[in-house]
Amino acid sequence: MRLTTGFKAAAALAAAALLVTGCSSSDDAGTGTDGSTGKASGEKVELTFWTWAPNMDKVVALWNAENPDIQVTVNKQDGGDPAVTKLLTAIKAGSGAPDIMQAEYQKIPTLVSSDALADISGEIPADVAAGFPEGIWNAVTLGSEAVYGVPQDSGPMQFYYRADVFENLGIAVPTTWDEYAAAAAAIHAADPNVYLGTFSATDAGWFTGLAQQAGASWWGIDGDAWTVSIDDTATEKVASYWGGLVEEGVINNKPMYTPEWNAALNNGTEVGWLSAVWAPGVLEGNAPDTQGKWKMAPMPQWDAAKPATGNWGGSATAVTSQSKHPAEAAEFITWLNTSQDAVNALVTESGIYPAYSPAQAGALAEPPAFFSNQPDFFEIAGETAKTAGSFTYGPNVNVAYSAYNDEFGKAAEAKSQAKFLDAVAAMQKVTLEDLKNSGFSVKE
Amino acid sequence: MPALTHTHDTRSGGAAVLTPSARRRAGRASRKTVRGAGERPSGSATAILLVGAAYCLLPVAWVLVAATKSGRELFSSFTFAPSTHLFENIGDLAAYRDGLFWRWMLNTALYAGVGAMLSVVVSAMAGYALAKYAFRGKTAVFNILLAGVLVPGVVLAIPQYLLLAQVGLTNTYWAVLLPSIISPYGIYLARIYSAASVPDEIIEAARTDGASETRTFMQVAVPMMMPGLVTVFLFQFVAIWNNFMLPYIMLGDDKLFPLTVGLSGLLNQGASQPALYTLVITGALLSIIPLVALFLVLQRYWQVDLAAGGVKA
Repeated sequence: MRLTTGFKAAAALAAAALLVTGCSSSDDAGTGTDGSTGKASGEKVELTFWTWAPNMDKVVALWNAENPDIQVTVNKQDGGDPAVTKLLTAIKAGSGAPDIMQAEYQKIPTLVSSDALADISGEIPADVAAGFPEGIWNAVTLGSEAVYGVPQDSGPMQFYYRADVFENLGIAVPTTWDEYAAAAAAIHAADPNVYLGTFSATDAGWFTGLAQQAGASWWGIDGDAWTVSIDDTATEKVASYWGGLVEEGVINNKPMYTPEWNAALNNGTEVGWLSAVWAPGVLEGNAPDTQGKWKMAPMPQWDAAKPATGNWGGSATAVTSQSKHPAEAAEFITWLNTSQDAVNALVTESGIYPAYSPAQAGALAEPPAFFSNQPDFFEIAGETAKTAGSFTYGPNVNVAYSAYNDEFGKAAEAKSQAKFLDAVAAMQKVTLEDLKNSGFSVKE
Repeated sequence: MPALTHTHDTRSGGAAVLTPSARRRAGRASRKTVRGAGERPSGSATAILLVGAAYCLLPVAWVLVAATKSGRELFSSFTFAPSTHLFENIGDLAAYRDGLFWRWMLNTALYAGVGAMLSVVVSAMAGYALAKYAFRGKTAVFNILLAGVLVPGVVLAIPQYLLLAQVGLTNTYWAVLLPSIISPYGIYLARIYSAASVPDEIIEAARTDGASETRTFMQVAVPMMMPGLVTVFLFQFVAIWNNFMLPYIMLGDDKLFPLTVGLSGLLNQGASQPALYTLVITGALLSIIPLVALFLVLQRYWQVDLAAGGVKA
């Protein structure tokens, strides 16, 4: 049988129809950078904003109401990792990236090394930098003259504990890590089902914060080369300490953010959490039955004379290299993170802890609802935030973090202090080799 | 059902492919023609099937029960003890970001419904052409299609993203619809099915009567292929309904998300937000209801198709 011309024509027509509908739809359905063309003065600019902070659309609505010429659309994302993966794919593809992007501090070196972020040092007022703690501002400049974003929130770490349990057992709130270990042992001895905390081998950011508190900074820049120092004495001290507690069995070895962990927080078998300033929101969601029983204290210290803490979480708002309107985008992110109105809204709507110091006092007058029993919550948080050490992230944080998951996962499972130290060495090796193989110049 | 059992009874060798229950029914219907070996249900086979059924159904039962629990009961009360909060949970879900969940539901219905429909049209035309026409390069085309059946769709998601990014279609409905239209497996099925169910003689007769090729296809071949096309539709509908990777990569705006990507986003809120387990579980329950309904409605076609394929191959 042969294919008749009529049939061929019909097939060609169908194919053409598909193509035509496909192309014409891009105008009405397309959002983001593709839809907007170069801006003539006075023309309306539309910006897209990828973020995962809850209720960010409500904060942005304040801006949109006052700036009819610069309209921002929020595209809510799944969280830091998926958003970065998508952004990098879009950068490689050459289109599809948003104008504005929420980026966790540890992701900024990765994004900068992929040319995903625009340098906005010429677009933002010069006095913005002064409002941020030095360590946080460094995270958006990477120690250079360029500025790759405006910091939004930070996550200084504190110790969250069930005040009622400590009181019943007559245990004082630990101020040093030795006291923390003793408290963990006493609580576990009083009831073998109960733990003061857990070593989570799936939360690399958490362990990074603990290492940062001890004085570690895993990456560094030496001249033109990167350095990796995950296996420094500070990190080894932290790993050895937690390995010891896990081996002893007084600290749990199960990951955080699992249903079991949620249940343990709620039913009182997990009575402490080394977390960051955003912890009240998580506790409120996961352990609603424990309302009013928690309190927050500064982190236990290695050296009580020199109080320190680490950061867990926190992010900046950046302009992507694909944005056709970097000046307007920079104007928006400066407003978002430094104006009192926007910071107030970020605190009440999105529940973040703002990084911009001048706006903190106005926005953080009341303690979080779940900690209404602790009126000085934000005073303590503010004090601890000042003690965060500086920490440099490198361009392959993802590799180091996945090495953390692999190696510490095995070590926690084995409940062996020696394996915790092996895990640190393995992380160092994997991270260093990946950096070399990716073509960065590395100094050992 | 009688039609089904009869077709198999006349071909006694075919009884082996029936399920035990169908075999029992077949045995009752006409005991003479079925051999003794297939008559008695095997205890161990039944046990294995029961275990299989439990394996498949327990998670569904869990979702059903868990969706009735409030957030604080979810991980504290007995796993299979139902509670009374189903409607509260649905209310919470509906309230999440001003009813975004319903939008995800509609998006999914659009992606799966329109995508599967277009896929059926393309599969039917391509399969019919491959089965009934001789043209240069036919074997090559078919071999490439067969290779396409073997390549998992997940692998293609990133290249498809890069292609669609070049024409500026990412983050639109088209980004998910267009790649769903071509289904190598659907074309393959349509080819097998049209070869088996549309006799060449009928096409010849239609031509002799003066019907154009288009009309022969539309009015003679398509009705005869219908059960097979329903199968293709169902396969493709379910595949798109459950697809995660493609929309996950293609879409940045959560107003365009299908259910799969939206629900996963509720679970992965980042470390500083509690995961919304109750909403996700309730959403998962609601998201399977349309699929179950579709299967019940189209089940008739599906069964006829399976039986017919067995006879005419």
